[in-house]
Amino acid sequence: MPDVTTTAASQPTESMISLQDLSKIFPGQPKPAVDSIDMEIPAGEIVILVGPSGCGKTTTMRLINRLIEPTSGRIILEGEDVTKVNPDQLRRRIGYVIQQVGLFPHHTISDNIATVPRMLGWDEKRIRSRVDELLAMVGLDPGTYRDRYPKNLSGGQRQRAGVARALSADPPVMLMDEPFGAIDPITRDRLQNEFLRLQQTIRKTIVFVTHDIDEAIKMGDRIAILREGSKIAQYDTPERILAAPADDFVADFIGAGASLKRLGLTRVRDIELIPWPTAGVDATRTEVLEALRGSDKGAVLILDDQRRPVRWVGGREIQRSDRPLAEIGLPSDAVVQPHATLADALNEMLKSRFGCVAVVDGSGAYMGSVEFGTVSSVIQELRRDARERSRAEADELHAAGAVNA
Amino acid sequence: MALSGQPVADADLNPGALVAGGTDLFRGRRASAMGYLGLPIVLAAVCGILFLWLGTQDLGSIERRSLNFERISTAFVEHMALAFVSTIFVIAIAVPLGVLLTRPAARPIVPPVIAVANIGQAVPSIGVLVILALIWTIGFWPAIVALVAYSILPVLRNTMVGLQQVDQPTIEAARGMGMTKRAVLQKIELPLAVPVILAGVRTALVINVGTATLATFVNAGGLGDIIQGGLVSNRQTVVLAGSVLTAALALFIDHIGGIAETRLSPKGL
Repeated sequence: MPDVTTTAASQPTESMISLQDLSKIFPGQPKPAVDSIDMEIPAGEIVILVGPSGCGKTTTMRLINRLIEPTSGRIILEGEDVTKVNPDQLRRRIGYVIQQVGLFPHHTISDNIATVPRMLGWDEKRIRSRVDELLAMVGLDPGTYRDRYPKNLSGGQRQRAGVARALSADPPVMLMDEPFGAIDPITRDRLQNEFLRLQQTIRKTIVFVTHDIDEAIKMGDRIAILREGSKIAQYDTPERILAAPADDFVADFIGAGASLKRLGLTRVRDIELIPWPTAGVDATRTEVLEALRGSDKGAVLILDDQRRPVRWVGGREIQRSDRPLAEIGLPSDAVVQPHATLADALNEMLKSRFGCVAVVDGSGAYMGSVEFGTVSSVIQELRRDARERSRAEADELHAAGAVNA
Repeated sequence: MALSGQPVADADLNPGALVAGGTDLFRGRRASAMGYLGLPIVLAAVCGILFLWLGTQDLGSIERRSLNFERISTAFVEHMALAFVSTIFVIAIAVPLGVLLTRPAARPIVPPVIAVANIGQAVPSIGVLVILALIWTIGFWPAIVALVAYSILPVLRNTMVGLQQVDQPTIEAARGMGMTKRAVLQKIELPLAVPVILAGVRTALVINVGTATLATFVNAGGLGDIIQGGLVSNRQTVVLAGSVLTAALALFIDHIGGIAETRLSPKGL
């Protein structure tokens, strides 16, 4: 019988890892920790294994690099059956990051990162340049951190070094077990964002374990929600899990506020920006009033000479005061960058008087605006899309079932 | 590791094991010249005072026969040989044994091995020496066997504790990166256990310097000869000189051991 939830995922282009009927029964335990899981992990995606404590998600991940040997089933990596190959050789092809990082305390950061390249017999020159490249990639200055010992790094810096170490031999696959779990919320948020940006360039296939559904939604291209025995309750994109939970277990696990969570999935760059009337900081009153009259908005965004937002100025303020434009109206501090999520944008919006947030590029120059109305229509659209797609696939599956029968 | 409770649980029965932490004034690499030289200067002063005091005493022929340079230096060399050779055997036996006993497969044989090591320390060395003299021979080697039996426990126990206290995530990360079990042991576990193992070796060495005074009873020489000679001839000055020299040597060895512990421990800990 086909498992509806696993096959419902949109067809992966090419699977990097394929778990086939994989089980693990620990000696002396009546129930299997992992009960015949089947899963396709597409290349270049972040797949999140998420579930309540004890559901077997970490065990499932460790089956992939065979830190735990499976009782039965097969593991296919890059089309090759690796269930029986030398596990040490296998692990050198798979990056591994754990919550406690596990840096070697008696090795410098650079020696830690060089661990796998040394095992693979790279020459020292190549190793040195690779270490520096990786340190820079994860945001640690090579000159400062190369020769330090782990104890001289903060928790966040250690986790960065841990990620660099896992990437050292450029493995196609990375396994990450709650990598940001032991880090304070502010640093965690920053590391998550940086990691997502890094993933844009490195495009690794990543299996990521967490118990935090919000982290799963933020980080995952695809999420597998697991219940006890590592049974897949739903395996799908975050959008569709939020819009159409497969059953009560998934709905409970997502918890309340699914709509709000969905805002964390859409980025400002993915939606159409609304043009607001703008004027340069040296513009005349007439020019500003004209810009205002030409639109249905209640204020003009004043930009400085580098097109950075300075003030919101309404018609009334212009008529009441004759001080320079840069000194009247309200400061425009509600700004976001294109990679911000709609949740971030909404948060900024609540601070702004005009229910609108200015979007700026990397150098701070104005690109357009996001309004409250935009956000709510995006939510509705997402919900409708996801429902329709699930329905269409269910129909398709039904039809396929009918043909087989 | 599941073993970790085992050796620590009966640590209170064995004074030797209590040094497992091995902290002292050299920790933290703030070793000043005073830290390294303070104790040796004090010990040299004590020996100097002893020498001057002996000069003021009216020494008879018996004292002179015991307390001359040749006699003392021979006893000293014999004593050092006993202490160091026995400690080398202890390391050669206890460290590999400790490594073996901390491997998961060895779990069932840990209690009996620890029990044997406990007996070695519980039985008085003088008894072991006498038994060995009766059933085997006298001289250097029976003395070494007795010393090894007596001082093996602290090194064995500290090797095990040192390996068990290595952070599990560190080992997991190493295995997860594809290091073989042997590489994990050689490059991660043993280096990280070195400070604790060295603390055990230092304890064993100090025990052996002290206990080697008993070797005189099986005709193996050492500073015990001088003390024993003073006792049988009822010459207090000789007993005192022998005892002070032995104590000063033990303290000096302990001091050197402390420096070695700091110097040989891996950086970054």
